[in-house]
Amino acid sequence: MSPAYALLKRDMTLAFRAGGGAMLAVAFFGTIAALVPLGVGADLALLGRIAGGVLWVAAALSALLSLDRLFQADFEDGSLDLLALAPLSLESAAAMKICAHWLTTGLPLTLVSPLLALIFNLPAEGYLALIGALAIGTPSLSAVGAIGAALTLSVRRGGLILALIVLPLITPAVIFGAGAVLTSLEGGGSAAFLFLAAFALGTVLLAPFAAAAAVRLNLAG
Amino acid sequence: MNNALDRVEATGLACERGGRLIFRDLNFVLTRGEALSLEGANGAGKTSALRVFAGLLSPSAGAMSLRVAATEITDGEERGRFVGWFGHLDGVKNQMTVMENASFAAALYGARDEVATVLDRVGLSRMRDLPGQYLSAGQRRRLALARLLLSERPLWLLDEPLAALDSVGKALIAELISAHCAKGGIVIAATHDPLGVAAQRLAMGAA
Repeated sequence: MSPAYALLKRDMTLAFRAGGGAMLAVAFFGTIAALVPLGVGADLALLGRIAGGVLWVAAALSALLSLDRLFQADFEDGSLDLLALAPLSLESAAAMKICAHWLTTGLPLTLVSPLLALIFNLPAEGYLALIGALAIGTPSLSAVGAIGAALTLSVRRGGLILALIVLPLITPAVIFGAGAVLTSLEGGGSAAFLFLAAFALGTVLLAPFAAAAAVRLNLAG
Repeated sequence: MNNALDRVEATGLACERGGRLIFRDLNFVLTRGEALSLEGANGAGKTSALRVFAGLLSPSAGAMSLRVAATEITDGEERGRFVGWFGHLDGVKNQMTVMENASFAAALYGARDEVATVLDRVGLSRMRDLPGQYLSAGQRRRLALARLLLSERPLWLLDEPLAALDSVGKALIAELISAHCAKGGIVIAATHDPLGVAAQRLAMGAA
C-alpha cells in the first residue's frame, strides 16, 4: 500500500467513525433542503425554478461543516508533524485529504440530491443537470475548503474564520452550478457547465500546493 | 532500517520564535551508534531544538547537516525523511483501534516488520482491538513507540521519552535505544531523567 493510499484510507475511515463529518454533511444537506419548501410555500413552479440554487447553497454549507477539522484534528494530536516527516510530500498529503473529503461529503451529497430534488418538484429535464453539476462542482468545494482549513488549522474554534475565507471563494461554483441546472430547464446551452468544470479543475489542481504551503507556515509558526 | 546515515552535525544552531530567542549556539557531532541526551529546565527550548533538528522549524542561524552515503543533506524537508519522530503528542487516533493506528503507520512508512510483532514488542498485543480513546497515557506512548519502530528511520528524535511510562516501559525505552544504536542508528533525546543508556550530554541553558 502506498503512503498516499494509506492516508486516503485512514481519512475516509475517520470520516465515517464517531465525530467524523460524512453522515453529518448528508443529514445537514437534507435538513436544509427539506426546510426551504416549508418556508417558501407550496408554489410548485417557483420551487422547481429555485431547486438548483437552493441545493447548491445547501451543498456548499454542508461541505463546510466538516472542513474545519480537515487539518486541525491532525495538528492537535501531533499527526501532522508525522505527516510532514512521512515519505510523501505535504502536497500529496493535502491532495489525499481533499480527495477523502470529497469522497465522504461531495459524493454522498451528489448521490442524495435527486431525492431532495423531488421535494422541490424539479422538472424531469433538470435531474441530469443537477447530478452532473454537483458531481463536477463539489470537488472544488473540498479543494478551496482545504486551503481555508490549512490556513486556520492552528486557530481554536476557527470554523467561523474558515467560513469567511472559503464561502466568498466558492461563489463561482454556486453561481455556475445553480446556473447549469436553471439553463437545463430552459433548454439552454452548456456554458455554465464549462465554466463550472474550469473552476473545479483549476481549484483541484492548485489547492494541494496552496494548502501544503499554509500547513508548512503553520507548523513552523 | 535505512542504514546510510553516518553522521549528524549541528553548527551554531539558533532558534527564534515570536521574536524571542529560544536558544543559540548549539553545537554537536554524532556518528553512527551514538546517543545524545538533551538536558535543560522547562522552557529551555528542548522541544524547539528537536523540531529544528527534524526540519519542522527553520533555525534562525546555524546549520544542521546529515551525512548520508557521503553527501551532506541540509534541506529541512529532505532531512525529515531520515527522522523517526517521537514527540510529546502521541498522534494516536481515538476513533481507530490500536491495530488500525499501527497499520496506518506501517503503510505510511512502508514498514517491512509485521505490525503484530512490533505491537508485541511494545507490550500492546492484548489491546490490539481496543479503540485509541480507551488507552491510558502510558499505553498511548507505547503505541507511539510502535510507530517509531515501524518507521525504521535512522535518526530518532525523542521528546521526553520516559514521560507517562511505568518502570517496565522505561526499561523498554533504554533497551530500544541501545538496540537502535547497536544497529548504527543515532538517537537524540530531550529528557529530565537519566535514559539508562550511555549517551553524550548537552545542557541547554537560557539563551
